[in-house]
Amino acid sequence: MRHIWVITKRELSAYFATPVAFVFIAIFVALTGTFSFYIGNFFERNQASLESFFAYHPWLYLLLVPAVAMRLWSEERKSGTIEQLLTLPVTTTQAVLGKFLAAWLFCGIALLLTTPMWLTVNVLGEPDNGAIAIGYLGSFLMAGAFLAIGTCMSALTRNQIIAFIAGAVVCFLFTMSGLDFVRNAFSWAPAALVETIASFSFLQRFESLTRGVVELRDLVFFLSLTVFWLFATVIAVDSRKAA
Amino acid sequence: MTMVEIDHLSKSFGAFTAVNDISLAVKKGEVLGFLGPNGAGKTTTMRMIAGFLTPSAGTARVCGHDVATAPTAVKSVIGYMPEGSPSYDDMTVGAFLKFIAEIRGFSGAERDDRVAKVAARVGLTGVLERPIDILSKGYRRRVGLAQAIIHDPPVLLLDEPTDGLDPNQKHQVRGLIAEMAAEKAIIISTHILEEVEAVCTRAVIIGNGKVLADGTAAELLTRLPDHTAVCVVLPEAAAASAAAYFRNLPTVAGVFETPEGNGRTRLRLTPKNGAVLVTDIAAAVRTQNIPALEIYQDGGTLDDVFRLITTGSAVQAAA
Repeated sequence: MRHIWVITKRELSAYFATPVAFVFIAIFVALTGTFSFYIGNFFERNQASLESFFAYHPWLYLLLVPAVAMRLWSEERKSGTIEQLLTLPVTTTQAVLGKFLAAWLFCGIALLLTTPMWLTVNVLGEPDNGAIAIGYLGSFLMAGAFLAIGTCMSALTRNQIIAFIAGAVVCFLFTMSGLDFVRNAFSWAPAALVETIASFSFLQRFESLTRGVVELRDLVFFLSLTVFWLFATVIAVDSRKAA
Repeated sequence: MTMVEIDHLSKSFGAFTAVNDISLAVKKGEVLGFLGPNGAGKTTTMRMIAGFLTPSAGTARVCGHDVATAPTAVKSVIGYMPEGSPSYDDMTVGAFLKFIAEIRGFSGAERDDRVAKVAARVGLTGVLERPIDILSKGYRRRVGLAQAIIHDPPVLLLDEPTDGLDPNQKHQVRGLIAEMAAEKAIIISTHILEEVEAVCTRAVIIGNGKVLADGTAAELLTRLPDHTAVCVVLPEAAAASAAAYFRNLPTVAGVFETPEGNGRTRLRLTPKNGAVLVTDIAAAVRTQNIPALEIYQDGGTLDDVFRLITTGSAVQAAA
């Protein structure tokens, strides 16, 4: 555990070593606000809820989270520091987890900075704060799943741009898989397969969480997906570290 | 006491065999110079010992820990400086060394103490607050060295520790290695042969992934066919008659004349069947009153041994 935390601390400080982190957080906070007020019609809805705020998180994460994850391993391989890191007395799993946690905490910080939205809705009305808390939890878990995908893509290439694009594409597939037009595209397939594909949809799982409905299977979905992709990352790092 | 034991180590990348069945042992107090042309497998071997690459066959044991079964234990007793000493460029020297110290298990006052001591030892005290990416090559190499010795490991692996340094910096790094040599087992890879003579107690030459030679610098020099050759420098006027006399000695195989340009000529005498020439020549100079200005044994250099062993051709120094 101590090794993981030492790596997490270093990675987190690496995010804030350049102004990019602040730009990223500013963009995230500004976009979540813009989307919920203008596109989500926050005021016109006349509801004391953050549904319009959370609704755009999957779409924002689609582009922003792969950008957070892209440097995690690509940069290490490109600069050769991976050799330094993996010859320290840490296991690959510890290194993968340490880096992932740093990125996840970074997303958590960005998410925390959206609390003015929560304050606003509390000033204007009496929202269900329990539902909002669950929405935040869901958003954080979803960010983790997106991040785990992005981390794995980052471990597969030494080029950060490729890592970003591959991460965004895979995240996009997971986001879209429950939409009607995807279901229709698979209309030839057995119903069980269509349902399986649809069940991987981030959108639908996240939607129920933002309405304040905590279903264990949704939480388990995001967590198990995260674990799966991190496991794949460990394998990718181990097999390709010297390539 | 054997600290590093390389046991039939092999590594293939697809069809390419980078390291082919290498076995070696390094004891405490030894500084092993790992020599070989670029691409010979030096770095690959080091990476396998350091636990970065998994061997295709065979294994390495460091302080009794096997890299295959206990990689973390191996990593904790090794100080490893990778080729080019890559380090996190956006960190300051101090922050980077603290990070390494923490991963190596030190915290609080002991961590800070270790960082301060190692910085003083390698000469980084003045740049602790600077980001690594603005440092010169010499300083970066020192950062790499500092992170490798911060936990005072019993085994040090240094991959080309003096590559790209100026002569003063090289001298300093070699001094540091020599200072630590007594209580550690050190392996340095290099293709700079003067380094072997300067710091190594033993040299291993590898080529195409195999061990081609293993011994001290002096032992390696005896591999040259003419390692007992002798040079005599004398005035030009006396050269021809002296050369004729030497040619008739029973132990001399050949005499090569080289004018030195300042009124002197150098005669290089090569031995027959590896005979030790210097006594015979010295005696001849005395009895024949040959006006020799210099007499010295010139058996060739480690460079010649290196070329002889790695290319298979005896490129004896023509001089």
